[in-house]
Amino acid sequence: MAREIGDVVLDLKNVSLRFGGVKALTDISFDVREHEVRAIIGPNGAGKSSLLNVINGVYTPQEGEIILRGEHFSKMSPYKVAQAGIARTFQSLALFKGMSALDNIMTGRTLKMKSNLVQQAFRLGSAWREELEHRAKVEAIIDFLEIQHIRKTPVGRLPYGLQKRVDLGRALALEPRILLLDEPMAGMNIEEKQDMCRFILDVNDQFGTTIVLIEHDMGVVMDISDRVVVLDYGRKIGDGTPDEVRRNEQVISAYLGVSHTEESAA
Amino acid sequence: MSFFIETLLAGLMVGLLYSLIALGFVLIFKASGVFNFAQGAMVLFAALAMARFSQWIPGWIGIENKLVANTLAFIVSAFVMFVVAWLIVRFVLRYLVNQDVATLLMVTLGIAYFMEGFGQTIFGSSIYKIDVGMPKDPIFILEGVFEGGILLNMEDVIAGLVAALLVAALALFFQWTSTGRALRAVADDHQAAQSIGIPLNRIWVIVWCVAGITALVGGIIWGSKLGVQFSLSLVALRALPVVILGGLTSVPGAIVAGLIVGVGEKLSEVYLGSYVGGGIEIWFAYMLALIVLLFRPQGLFGEKIIDRV
Repeated sequence: MAREIGDVVLDLKNVSLRFGGVKALTDISFDVREHEVRAIIGPNGAGKSSLLNVINGVYTPQEGEIILRGEHFSKMSPYKVAQAGIARTFQSLALFKGMSALDNIMTGRTLKMKSNLVQQAFRLGSAWREELEHRAKVEAIIDFLEIQHIRKTPVGRLPYGLQKRVDLGRALALEPRILLLDEPMAGMNIEEKQDMCRFILDVNDQFGTTIVLIEHDMGVVMDISDRVVVLDYGRKIGDGTPDEVRRNEQVISAYLGVSHTEESAA
Repeated sequence: MSFFIETLLAGLMVGLLYSLIALGFVLIFKASGVFNFAQGAMVLFAALAMARFSQWIPGWIGIENKLVANTLAFIVSAFVMFVVAWLIVRFVLRYLVNQDVATLLMVTLGIAYFMEGFGQTIFGSSIYKIDVGMPKDPIFILEGVFEGGILLNMEDVIAGLVAALLVAALALFFQWTSTGRALRAVADDHQAAQSIGIPLNRIWVIVWCVAGITALVGGIIWGSKLGVQFSLSLVALRALPVVILGGLTSVPGAIVAGLIVGVGEKLSEVYLGSYVGGGIEIWFAYMLALIVLLFRPQGLFGEKIIDRV
């Protein structure tokens, strides 16, 4: 591959998250390197989405810290995270349903907009020029994701697979350095999955975007990731390349239910 | 025939004013999911500010020109509404992100009481008048077409035009600017909006500001008709059935429903009033809202709420 994996950009140290008495994450540490594709896997309820929400600043962990490019955080906020160049997609779609695909992706440019309210309200030249520039960037994303034909359609009316693509497009509009994908292929058929895989790898390859993804489809994860973290019951039970993880005893038992009861088989 | 048209036009003018107040509700509900019971108090507060500043300002800077005084008073009052919006978001809403709907509703009740009391404390609680130079004389039009022409109340016509302009300007702003787009995004999904870096607090301040400005314009129009006094805050109660009729989430809904209610209550009063002893105008809107609720709980234009289970 052309891209070269660089230094650690995102580092989680001993992160624990509790909701009342429920331990969602216990003492999780893992790092993400620049330009890599990092997968988080684990059975249902293992804490994958919680972990993503911690990175994204939706949840504040009780313990541990997050180091983003050398800067220490004990608490993130979604707004700060977006400013720091981290974008995300959602497991259950969270698109702006009433708006067209184009408008949805345009919202992703909000942070890059410099014109103020007054300039926009009176459509002064600078605001208008800015709008056009962003529009051009967004059109490039639309071309990239091959959704030209639906750009004026309200996203609520689109089929699921295409909505997922718009969701990805909106995240890409931030020009993120790190992209968090929460089950980008859930509920898709094989063709849609292949398309989505191709887009993710292209993003990673062409823009050098670091990718952190949660995915259930083992075949996909093992194919596209550089390194994999495995969670079970909120604890980290494995971490390494796909091959290492595949041979890991604990991972095998969590997935196949060797040491647990049969219900926990994934 | 000319009498029918007169009644219809009168209804449309009043309807536009209802739309204006209803718009304040809808904007805030869409952007923050809060049903703002304080909208009426905001109308009162804004009208009080306008009435008092237009009296005070000539004394402070020694000018006599009424137009200048009114313009300055309008600017100052608009600024006051901006400060109010900022304070509400900074000290109240910020701490209530993702709270229960009932909690937010109660909070707006609290804000309403506070603003009513505080407004009357600083601006006084007598009856004040706002004189923005609205023509009070009616005129006749289309005298060639109908016998005796059609009587038009110029005050209503101007008020209607102002309301229509404001509504149109807001609609354009929401549809065509990037801030408008961000507002619609926040209305659709808070979490997703935050994740792409839309600053929730700033958007809320903008929305409450816009609602404050609509309250100010509404307050000035109603205030110059009826005088500024405590009962002005009850104007919001008149807009409540309008909001329900149009659907809480629809800006066009608020406008159309306002017109329906305005025209409906005038026509029913004139043509049905005599059969039931009059007074229809007062309860017509509520009846209409009730019937709509029975058959279309989401209102005429509102989004159907479908929960994923």
